[in-house]
Amino acid sequence: MNNSLVSITDYSKEEILSILDSAKDFEANPNRKSLDGKVVATLFFEPSTRTRLSFETAVIRLGGKIIGFSDAATSSASKGETLNDTIHMVSCYADAIVMRHPLEGAARYASEVSPVPVINAGDGANQHPSQTLLDLYSILKTQGTLENLNICMVGDLKYGRTVHSLIQAMSHFNPTFKFIAPDELKIPEEYRVFCRKNNISFAESCELNDNFNDADILYMTRVQKERFQDLMEYERVKNVYTLQNEMLEHTRPNLRILHPLPRVNEISMDVDKNEKAYYFQQAQNGLYVRQAILSKVLL
Amino acid sequence: MIVTGRRTPDTGDRRLETGDKKHMEKELKVAALRNGTVIDHIPADKLFQVVSILRLKYYDHPLTIGNNFDSKKMGVKGIIKISDRFLAEDETSKIALIAPNAKINIIKEYQVIEKRDLVLGDEINDVMHCVNPVCITNHQPVPTRFYVIQEGNKVHLKCRYCEREIAQDEIKLKKK
Repeated sequence: MNNSLVSITDYSKEEILSILDSAKDFEANPNRKSLDGKVVATLFFEPSTRTRLSFETAVIRLGGKIIGFSDAATSSASKGETLNDTIHMVSCYADAIVMRHPLEGAARYASEVSPVPVINAGDGANQHPSQTLLDLYSILKTQGTLENLNICMVGDLKYGRTVHSLIQAMSHFNPTFKFIAPDELKIPEEYRVFCRKNNISFAESCELNDNFNDADILYMTRVQKERFQDLMEYERVKNVYTLQNEMLEHTRPNLRILHPLPRVNEISMDVDKNEKAYYFQQAQNGLYVRQAILSKVLL
Repeated sequence: MIVTGRRTPDTGDRRLETGDKKHMEKELKVAALRNGTVIDHIPADKLFQVVSILRLKYYDHPLTIGNNFDSKKMGVKGIIKISDRFLAEDETSKIALIAPNAKINIIKEYQVIEKRDLVLGDEINDVMHCVNPVCITNHQPVPTRFYVIQEGNKVHLKCRYCEREIAQDEIKLKKK
């Protein structure tokens, strides 16, 4: 059994807090040589901008070296090589593997067959634990605590893996959730059950307007066109879930807006200048959190 | 030997006519096991799935398959008697998935030497498919693994890989 990170549920509350502590240290001093002599493979079978670049930057700033690919078409997977064989082969060269794969469960399977640690950088709509940890770090940094916060989640709550993982991770910290989504993209029943089991209060709504005035965190996600069977329905809801600057007028002063990015049209550009917009800093926090994760699995 | 109950023509009732009952009792007696396994209390609509799981179509020892018998608990039930065969763990796991209340009796020298409830273990390995079409197990040669989650009378299975939860009525067994 290696030191892989596949799902946010692999980490206890203490381990999560320890990563966040470590990320704070890396933010203060991101350039170190702690991974000197280590090689990290980044295997991106699916496109990624922020996740791949921030993992690669994290390795380079810690003095390690990168091998890998950013397009499955340039790997042997395009020739029909199984994931089992790719992982065995890559683990002969690298000390750790960072992998994004379109198939759900690919990271768990890779972690079982790999002799070196595997960090899941997203497996389909399933898990993306480094994103969840950077979301937690952003929440902690902006609110000063993770405890007893009101968190409003908006957009694609059905397929959005970041939403599901964040619900699981926040369950350690007594949150109150509000889920705002069109009927087609409502939060799945298993997460309602999860909240009830963990005594987490939640409310649901289809309306974005004025529904987050008591929120500490507004977690926006992209409503993805490809999820809709009826494109007329997509056209109807896509602008309903666009956050406009004037909608923030009566919100709490400590409110911060997070978004896993990429953004399309769910946050109007005029929000970017509002001090409550935090999504670009959130992406920057990804670097420090990923340095903390790499250090935990490799050192 | 296959034995099935029959609706009476006038009432449509599933009960057996008296003559049939006597005849069947005689037949069942003939089919009494010396050594082997009796699987009782199989839901009638699951009987042929159990037959398929155990690949009884290809079994060449004496065998009795009966369905639609009256049952106080279940309304109607199925029963299977298999000579000279004792079930392997993966076979009982599969049966437990689709007919969790079925009962297994082990017979030796015409005596029931053991009555066994079907119990699902904590994990079910490689006996069923994941319902998630984009799960790794449906695309690569990866054996499936499911965690068994029991909540009261309900059983859910959670895929170890894609983490999808599957209800009991969604279960699709692998053909081997």
